[in-house]
Amino acid sequence: MGKVFSGAILTFLAPLAAAQNQVNMSPGVTEIGADIFELHMLIMWICVVIGVAVFAVMFYSIYAHRKSKGHQASQFHESTKVEVAWTVVPFLILIAMAVPATSTLLEVYDNDEAELDILITGYQWKWKYEYLEESGEPVAFFSNLATSQEEIYNTDKKGDNYLLEVDEPLVIPTNTKVRFLITANDVIHSWWVPEIAVKRDAIPGFINEAWTRVPEEGIYRGQCTELCGSYHGFMPVVVHAVPRGEFDSWMAAKRGAAVAQTQLAMQTLSVDDLMDQGKAVYDSACLACHGAQGQGGIGNAIAGSAVVMGDLSSHMAVVAKGVSGTAMQAFGGQLNDVEMAAVLTYQRNAFGNNTGDVVQPGDVTGMKNG
Amino acid sequence: MGAHHHGPAQGISRWLFTTNHKDIGTMYLWFSFAMFLLGGFFAMVIRAELFQPGMQLVEPGFFNQMTTLHGLVMVFGAIMPSFVGLANWLIPMMIGAPDMALPRMNNWSFWILPPAFLMLASTLFMEGGAPAFGWTFYAPLSTTYAAPSVTFFIFAIHILGVSSIMGSINIIATVMNMRAPGMTYMKMPLFVWTWLITAFLLVAVMPVLAGAVTMMLMDIHFGTSFFSAAGGGDPVLFQHIFWFFGHPEVYIIILPAFGVVSQIIPAFSRKPLFGYASMVYATASIAFLSFIVWAHHMYTVGMPIAGELFFMYATMLIAVPTGVKVFNWISTMWRGALSFETPMLFCIGFLILFTLGGFTGLMLSIAPADFQYHDTYFVVAHFHYVMVAGAVFSMTAAIYYWLPKWCGRMYSEAMGKTHFWISFIGFNITFFPQHFVGLAGMPRRIPDYALQFADFNMMSSIGAFIYGASQLLFLYNVIATIVAGKPVSDEKVWDGAEGLEWTVPTPAPYHTFEEPPAVPKPAGTI
Amino acid sequence: MSSLRLSRVPAIDTALKLVAVAVAMFAFVFVVMVPLYNVLCDALGINGKTASQAYTAVPAAVDEGREIAVQFVAINNDGMPWSFTPDTRMMRVNPGAANGVVFHAMNPTDADMVAQAIPSISPSRAAAYFHKTECFCFDQQMLDGRSGAEMPLQFIVDQDLPTDIHTITLSYTLFDVTGTVTDGLASR
Repeated sequence: MGKVFSGAILTFLAPLAAAQNQVNMSPGVTEIGADIFELHMLIMWICVVIGVAVFAVMFYSIYAHRKSKGHQASQFHESTKVEVAWTVVPFLILIAMAVPATSTLLEVYDNDEAELDILITGYQWKWKYEYLEESGEPVAFFSNLATSQEEIYNTDKKGDNYLLEVDEPLVIPTNTKVRFLITANDVIHSWWVPEIAVKRDAIPGFINEAWTRVPEEGIYRGQCTELCGSYHGFMPVVVHAVPRGEFDSWMAAKRGAAVAQTQLAMQTLSVDDLMDQGKAVYDSACLACHGAQGQGGIGNAIAGSAVVMGDLSSHMAVVAKGVSGTAMQAFGGQLNDVEMAAVLTYQRNAFGNNTGDVVQPGDVTGMKNG
Repeated sequence: MGAHHHGPAQGISRWLFTTNHKDIGTMYLWFSFAMFLLGGFFAMVIRAELFQPGMQLVEPGFFNQMTTLHGLVMVFGAIMPSFVGLANWLIPMMIGAPDMALPRMNNWSFWILPPAFLMLASTLFMEGGAPAFGWTFYAPLSTTYAAPSVTFFIFAIHILGVSSIMGSINIIATVMNMRAPGMTYMKMPLFVWTWLITAFLLVAVMPVLAGAVTMMLMDIHFGTSFFSAAGGGDPVLFQHIFWFFGHPEVYIIILPAFGVVSQIIPAFSRKPLFGYASMVYATASIAFLSFIVWAHHMYTVGMPIAGELFFMYATMLIAVPTGVKVFNWISTMWRGALSFETPMLFCIGFLILFTLGGFTGLMLSIAPADFQYHDTYFVVAHFHYVMVAGAVFSMTAAIYYWLPKWCGRMYSEAMGKTHFWISFIGFNITFFPQHFVGLAGMPRRIPDYALQFADFNMMSSIGAFIYGASQLLFLYNVIATIVAGKPVSDEKVWDGAEGLEWTVPTPAPYHTFEEPPAVPKPAGTI
Repeated sequence: MSSLRLSRVPAIDTALKLVAVAVAMFAFVFVVMVPLYNVLCDALGINGKTASQAYTAVPAAVDEGREIAVQFVAINNDGMPWSFTPDTRMMRVNPGAANGVVFHAMNPTDADMVAQAIPSISPSRAAAYFHKTECFCFDQQMLDGRSGAEMPLQFIVDQDLPTDIHTITLSYTLFDVTGTVTDGLASR
């Protein structure tokens, strides 16, 4: 019942979050987001008042002091009193602004005593989420853009969450202080979710901290906010905040799936299973650079490729280790043995390659371990 | 040395070998306008792709090349050389000097620019394409992960830096040594003051930029690890070094613009500049403060809170002297006898729109709020308001104001006013909606965006095409004026214009002030 | 009458003075700036980097009344294929006590490789209070093809750690530096 209810709430809430033609920042759903919003509005209104006053004086002068209306020019050109006044008064206004700004910043930096820690790693061009728990099977997964190439290249109609949807969202429990440890695998990225008011740069080799406490269930969408290469605009962030019970079940399922994948790696899979999973891996990890028909693009063509159709261990080496000096990344750390076997099988048989090769997870494990 | 009067040399040699500040100023101005059109063309590609959601015209990698080159060409090729050109034309005349202190170095300062930009533009045709890491070129995207053209980019930046440093040395030497007798520092026109201060900023920070790109070169080719954690370095070090240059850089861009506005508003108010001394002190304060605020570009990088607070307070402080200047300009207008020829229109446009940009700058300085603004279109809107409606409008005003003195012909006032209104309206349609999409969550430097940002992006693109088209009108007006404008021969082209440059014949002779003038009586004004 | 006076100082004297200034600037960098930089970093405790040399432990009382959670995170940088995990993900320690943890690394490739582990501490202000008496991050780590190693870390959390810090996260990012070691130049 709870699931149905929360599902209904999420369906109702989600479209509201992406308001068309929004002109202002959203206060979001967190306390700190609301504080930041209040601060933003305070500064803005102060600027509006000052602006209106200053421009009123100027427009009045433009109207009343025109030469064409015969106004004669005065020749006054200095006043120390006035200079002091309009130096001191703005300075006092700034002090008034600095007080709430300082207290809000102190809140932003209060990362201590979190209940849940999540390691977020920015990759070109996806996010990896790892739940840091003291023990148990680690839960870690990549979060890729789920919007299709057809939508991006205008052959299909764009969905409601165009460019803001992923295959595996980050799931966190509501009303829990969650600490994010943010780093990057390659270049600098930045993780941002406007509705929870968290933005932090992801620097390779270093970890940054950020925290949130989301009181409201919902789906919150954000994007990478530091130029990180060609697909900087195509690595969104999606956070699902769900009640604690639902989060615990989800985590248990994830741990189970990780164990299942490990077991799957010891089995012999059918060609159909391998091709299905291989296509899924290809679409999410390879397609953007190698093309939906394997025709190439930023990356070389897969169709008819000598590497793909040649020696299997060399083919796997390219996929696992990447090619230094090019955009081909090392996927070895990103694909488990089942996924690797599947995508190798798929590439070797799709797009007219038809080598007939079938790569089992055991083969992959074997090639890795000698 | 006797007074030998010969006109300029003939043909291409004149331009290649000239040491005359007017010729060199002219070359800088034409070069910068060409760069403005080139950078504008890149902007048109960007706005055309962003006209609708979806990828229609270019690939994402090429889009990044466009945004990078748009920034580099506009900052280093259009805005900076244009104000140097103005400095060359005007500083000697404003202080009663026959030329710049180092005329031959002046020639080199200009002539290394075209090859540098040719090299930068040629990277578009290189393997891997042009630089695509943003005009701010953060490491390691610009080092380990950069295309091979990055080496040419670094070389180009070095050359541009050398040009600016040589130009600044020239300006400092000229202003300090060659003022006419009686022209004390506090009697100099404010334009000369702002350029003097700008020149010191340039000499201080261009070497820092050179250091940053040299460290990049070392990391890329010579095995160092300045910006790589693997070898004990830090990508954030790059940002500190870059922005230590980068923040004073934006004041380098705007201070001469302030100087121009301080010359033009008094002329069309027929009233001296209000608070001359305050204006000088405010400019100096802004210059000083500009050195201690750089990390406000880095609020989300994970700085310790003490640093974050320091940079927030220091940045907020810049609002004070900037506000002082705006109040002084308005007080200059107050109870003047105002007329609204094109230069004055652009200056009033500057006053309104630069101040708006200053307000969004104040909003951005508030560190916790900046966590929601950083790297969004809100920042893009802010800096276009201050750089386009600020610096570019000021430069445009300067051209309309001084062109008649330079070439002895008057521009078409009707065309000038049309240019102003189309620019003003087009500019605002382009950039005002960018505040909205930025606040609503649209990041910078993306070639495609979520559907809720579509309408404002379409509006912004339409505005950009309008604004871009009006610059062609401006080009036409300038050429038509030079070739066939109504002749002007009054020394004081504008009845309210004050300053030594308005005491020489119109058009200004090839050599002026070969004998120093007597400095006019009125103290501390203009 | 021109207001310019030609300087009576010969150009060569000015040129020599300027060259001397340039040389002095270079010398300043190596002789003054490097020690000054180290002094300032020490004094101000800036930067979330932990020390790159072993800390010499000073005998001190253990603060039994306070418990700090120390979390260990192991990260592989781009293209680094080793498996790299700590044997404990979280440890509760008392300030002043000596503690140890072991990181397991395995090189699954055929090639001999060299790695550099780069530490990073969160919160960064805890870095000054996290003393490593022995750390595999002080040196490059070499692993032959298809072999593994146990890499130790010995540390003490300083008693003066600010009282508002309850959790310290120590992450190591493992970088492949084989290329820089073998031929002395960057791999690009």
